[in-house]
Amino acid sequence: MVYVIQTALETGFLYAPVALALFLSFSILNIADMTTDGAFVLGSAVSAMMCLSGHPILALPAGMLAAAAAGFITAFLQTKLSVPSILAGIITNIGLYSINLMVMGKSNQSLFMVPTVYTLAQEAGIGGSWSKVIVAVLIVLVLCALLVLFLGTRLGLSIRATGDNADMVRASSINPTFTITVGLCVSNAMTGLSGALAAQSTTVADVNNGTGMVVLALAALVIGETLIGKGSMVRRVLGVVVGSIIYRCIYAAALRFNIPADYMKLVSAVIVGVAIAAPAVRRWAAFQMKKRRALAARKEER
Amino acid sequence: MAMLELRNLSKTFNPGTVNEKTALSHLNLTVEDGDFITIVGSNGAGKSTLFNAIAGVFYVDEGSIVLAGEDITYKPEYKRSREMGRLFQDPMRGTAPNMTIEENLALAYLRTAKHQHAFFSRTSKADRAFFREQLARLDMGLEDRMRQPVGLLSGGQRQALTLLMSTLVPPKVLLLDEHTAALDPGTAEKVLKLTKEIVAEHHITTLMVTHNMHQALGLGNRTLMMDGGSVVLDIRGEERAGMTVDGLLERFRTGAGKALDNDRILLS
Repeated sequence: MVYVIQTALETGFLYAPVALALFLSFSILNIADMTTDGAFVLGSAVSAMMCLSGHPILALPAGMLAAAAAGFITAFLQTKLSVPSILAGIITNIGLYSINLMVMGKSNQSLFMVPTVYTLAQEAGIGGSWSKVIVAVLIVLVLCALLVLFLGTRLGLSIRATGDNADMVRASSINPTFTITVGLCVSNAMTGLSGALAAQSTTVADVNNGTGMVVLALAALVIGETLIGKGSMVRRVLGVVVGSIIYRCIYAAALRFNIPADYMKLVSAVIVGVAIAAPAVRRWAAFQMKKRRALAARKEER
Repeated sequence: MAMLELRNLSKTFNPGTVNEKTALSHLNLTVEDGDFITIVGSNGAGKSTLFNAIAGVFYVDEGSIVLAGEDITYKPEYKRSREMGRLFQDPMRGTAPNMTIEENLALAYLRTAKHQHAFFSRTSKADRAFFREQLARLDMGLEDRMRQPVGLLSGGQRQALTLLMSTLVPPKVLLLDEHTAALDPGTAEKVLKLTKEIVAEHHITTLMVTHNMHQALGLGNRTLMMDGGSVVLDIRGEERAGMTVDGLLERFRTGAGKALDNDRILLS
């Protein structure tokens, strides 16, 4: 049981930045950013190559920077070249597959016996068997703090307003092209950070590791927003992290019941589908109830 | 001095198709500094199109727009809005519903020169006190609800807030596109009173579209009537002071060669 919780915490925090990235792009900017899968692997790939050349710490900002560049391309396609936003992400994503292969030189890169931030932490004697969890927790908490601070700045407010009311943004002398670009760069940088950490944690970067990442992260995001709800920015951001951990608990529990790991993608798809459809279903049910009552009342009158 | 000069503006939508529509046709207008102009006209006369052209929602096909001596014909919308305030009929368009009152005001405050490039600056205590003081003048109790999302406010409150936001940093030109038409009479009255106060206080050059003929003659110092994408009547001074609603309609009929046709016009 302790092992299950430890694994859930570790992976929950590990993948939390992707959920935070979608919080920024999907919840705040109102853009479904399909770059996510490729950006995650790009972060992994860059991180792995940096580790191999002996820079495990530098690997994290490098992975973020590379993924931010991917986000920039998606933003450029949709703002300047009028490519529909979902298609812009898909285009970048498919291109990234080749880029990722180029970065690694092959389809996967093992970091077995290569120094990573985790081995450095262990050598420094941080946390013993919990050192992996502690490293991830620290990084994610710093990231959360920075994100909340960022969203409170004028630039952050502009990004939030862009997703909320684009008319109003232009009327406030802010260029939506600029805010969308910054937003997607920052969100993909977070995805890249998660990829960079994941490669070092699992000691492998694989070109296929990102498949479906966008849906898994959406599941975490939706769980967080449903359970913790809306409110202040601090609460919403922490809610996303909690959502990521809960999702990984479900995942870990499912594995304990011997559900094959491959089936988890179906589980995630169902969670996301149900959660996003829920308001529409609720409206429909409420309308049916109302209709039935109104018709019944009319019958009684007769 | 002319604050806003529109020279020979033309705009045709969907040219070469069955939906072709000439929305502005060789329109000329000189707006003096401090003018408060009311604009009336038939359906489809080009009133909103004129505002969109001035604000830069689209670029005109022909002609030029000069704001305070600067040619802004090809300046993008978001850059023009640094010097222009704009209110629409729909009170939902001017504010971000999921952000708090304070955050909305902070965004409006971005237009000030000193904040323009301060991307990472945050709302300071002084800013907050200033917002509070400005909200208090609306007399709607909003100064005590600064942390609430704007989506919780009524249409009238949102429109009053939008008015405050577009004038927080006094613009060179304020464009009001029937901004009280969607509000209930009491609230409309209040928003209009605020508009008058704020415009007078900062001496803001204002253009206002209305379909209320009494408003058109009672507010401001100049009245325009539009038809077919151009200005057919421009009255001010003594002529305007002695003008009645009936007289105005008659002048329109002789000027445009047809009766004013606006299904929402309010004559009383």
